Formats: sequence, C-alpha cells, structure tokens
Amino acid sequence: MSKRVVITGMGIWSCLGTDIKTVEEALRQGKSGIQIEPVRFEYGYQSGLTGVVEQPQLKGLIDRRLRTGLSEEAAYAFMASKQAFEMAQINQEYLDANECGIIFGNDSSAKPVIEGHKILEEKHDTQLMGSGYIFQSMNSTVNMNLSTIFHLRGINFTVSAACASGSHSIGLGYMMIKQGLQDLILVGGAQETNYFSMASFDALGTFSKRMDEPTKASRPFDRDRDGLVPSGGAAALVLEDYDHAVARGAHILAEVIGYGFSSNGGGISQPSDVGCEIAINRAMKDANVTAADIDYINAHATSTPQGDMNEAMALDRVFRGQHALISSTKGMTGHECWMAGASEIVYSLIMMHGNFVAPNVNLEHRDEYAEHLNLATETIETELNIVLSNSFGFGGTNSALIIRKLK
Amino acid sequence: MTRLEIEEKVKTLLLEDLEIDEENIFPESRLKQDMGIDSLDFVDIVVIVERYFGFKIQAKEMAGINTFTQFCDYLESKVNA
Repeated sequence: MSKRVVITGMGIWSCLGTDIKTVEEALRQGKSGIQIEPVRFEYGYQSGLTGVVEQPQLKGLIDRRLRTGLSEEAAYAFMASKQAFEMAQINQEYLDANECGIIFGNDSSAKPVIEGHKILEEKHDTQLMGSGYIFQSMNSTVNMNLSTIFHLRGINFTVSAACASGSHSIGLGYMMIKQGLQDLILVGGAQETNYFSMASFDALGTFSKRMDEPTKASRPFDRDRDGLVPSGGAAALVLEDYDHAVARGAHILAEVIGYGFSSNGGGISQPSDVGCEIAINRAMKDANVTAADIDYINAHATSTPQGDMNEAMALDRVFRGQHALISSTKGMTGHECWMAGASEIVYSLIMMHGNFVAPNVNLEHRDEYAEHLNLATETIETELNIVLSNSFGFGGTNSALIIRKLK
Repeated sequence: MTRLEIEEKVKTLLLEDLEIDEENIFPESRLKQDMGIDSLDFVDIVVIVERYFGFKIQAKEMAGINTFTQFCDYLESKVNA
C-alpha cells in the first residue's frame, strides 16, 4: 500500500526575501525583486535585468572546511534548508540519529568553473586552484555540500532538468516516500544569480529589454511581454511520510498528492501546449482530482512570448469554466530557473496558509490566448485547499505538482 | 624576511585563512592533531602560501612537517634559499 506524503517544513532565500514572513508580505503586495545589475552591460549582456538576491553570511554558521566547497547556489540552499529543518523541528541531533535523504534541483554552477579557469590562465598550475572549486563546480554541488553539512544518510542525488529541476526534485522525493523507500527527504531547488551564470542564456535574446522599468519587465500572460528576467536563490522543503510525521508530532503544512510529467519530444527551446497538458492531466490523475477540484494554479509562465502562449492554451483547454484562480509569481520574482519549481511550491504554501492568491503582476492587456484564463490580477483573499504548480524547461521537460491542505 | 616575520605570517595564515583557533597555535602544536588541518586543507595551504610568500611549496616536502615550528623552519629555508 502506498504511503501518504506530507510537507513538514519549508524555507526560502529569494529576491522577494530571505524568510517566510518577508516573502509573504511581498507576495501579498505584489512587490517585485527585480533590478538592473550594471556589471551585466560591461560583461556583454543584452539585458541588465535580474532578480537581486541577498548573499548569505556564512562565517560563524558553517566552519571554513565546509564553506570552502560551497557554491553560491549551495549557500542559498543551505540557508533555505536550515529554515525548512527548523520549521519541521528537525535539529542536528535528530539528523544524526535518523535517516534523511536529499534530492535537490540544480542545473549549473558557472561561477567556480570560470573563476578556476581564470586562475589556470594566469598560473598554469592546477595545484594553485585550491580544494574548493571541484565541490563548487559540479551540478551536484548542492547535494554534496548539504549532505555533508547536515550529515544526511538517505537517498542523495541531484535533479538536472532545466527550469523544471526544482519541481522534479519534489516529484521524485514524493515518489520515494510514497513507495515506502524513505521516511524523510530534504527536497528543493537552487539557482545561482551571478552574472557569469546567465550570459549564455542572454545570448538567445530571451531576456526582457524593458530596462527603463525593471519592476514591470516580467509580465506573464501580458500582450506586451518581451521576455523573461533571470533570477534565483533557493527553496527547500521537508517531505515526510504522513505516519512518520504524525508519530513525531510534526506540524503538517500540506500533503503532496500528485506528480505529473512529460517530454515534448520537439525543439530544444520549443514549449508545447500538449506537453504541458499531459503533465497536468497526469498529475491530476495521480492525485485523483479533476479540474473542478483545483483552487489555484501557480503557472510556470515566465513572460516569454512562446512559453506563456503555450501554457495559456493548455490551461484554457483544461480549466476554462472552472473556478481555479491562476497567477504566475514570476512577474515579481523573475524566472528562478532551476529553483523555480521548488520556490513556487513554497510560494503556494504561503498563499495556502495565508488564505490568499498572489497577483499576476504587470498584466495590463491579456493576449488572445490568455483571454479566458481566470487570472488573479490583484491579491485575492480566498481559501485554497488544492493547488497545482507547473514547471517546464529546455528540452521539453514538463513537471506538474499538486498539493492539498490537510484539515 | 626575518624568522619573526615568517612566524607572524604563518600565524596570520592559520588564524585568518584556515580559521584555526588562536589557542591551538603555539610552537609545538601539531598541524593535524592540534589544529585539525586535513588533507584538503593542505591543498589550500599551497595556494595560501603562494599568496603570502610568493612561491609554491611542494606537497612531498610538506609530508614530514608536523608542527608549527617545523612549518616555519621549512618556509624559512625556502625564503632564504
């Protein structure tokens, strides 16, 4: 018999804030975390827009040996995970005595690769690189560092699935607990924000050029959207077997009831309405719910012309006439890429517990595809019981998660 | 560079770069057992010494060095070579 999977802790480190309370305020107020970073122009970017994320101060929190291998995104992930464990009332003593796994979404670590290369260009001697770059530069940097810092002894791997990485990490953690393979897993997503990391993405011309109005640049589903705004940070969740959580008296934030996925099988950067729809329907089937049961949809919509159009077509086909409110929080956060699928579950949990839907900001004129979507253009106070969160990525990877409030 | 200057630099290196507790830094303190320096730290020490002293130390030469004093002796021999 399959196990029920619940969320007992969450943490967030994003351009909206570095604690749950601040992020909730930002979500309620529709406050943007997007600014211009001038160094991007000097480096050669077409767009200087980015979500600006506070750099964690780790000295005093983690000793030097453990800090040496921490990449920027692993540092964000440490801060988010620390919050998540604290909320779940899991301390180091508990982790030393009980098995906990870790599955994190991450799909790049550019800065240490480039910094290491610069040293070699100058010194021509790998012995002058030091010990940290190898542990910072691998895609699994978040997993390898956090499993070491928190002494985790369960499942341990990284999910690299482009902008759906964070969502798939939750989906895979959910499946492992559902099958009874693990009782407790730290899941999440992390995304570096340094200017080295997004230059090749900027090369595609995918980023918004609305630089005279940074906070209006990311405008999901709006007719005049002109691209996404890169952003990042980290989000973490403690996933737990329901019986395990109840036995240790944990406070349960929500239950994960559905995970759906698909691959478009098309162009490497080409979104697909059909692919989105398959993932959504698969998640609803897994959750044993229908479109009429969903109260809120946290859309993937990144503010790109093609991506939003395809998701809008899928949402229109599945949810037209239903009561589910829809918003993309990326109008405020920008596109948190590898982290987004996890952070958007955290944002959805915050809304679920605060009884509100955050606005789809900067939606001034819907395009024709979003005409019939039940978009929340302002903050709406309402009870949310069942929430769907979509995430899609390069290569056509799609992920959909459904969470339910426990009553 | 005088012996005193070398010792001061090594102390700074251990305190600030390797974040060793000051109470564990004394002439006969052992790098591994007393200061907790591990094999990965030795990889970093090569980089740090190059930055402080301008030359690269050799891992095989470091193999026989156990204490603060021996470390300073070794660096003094390299500085004055």
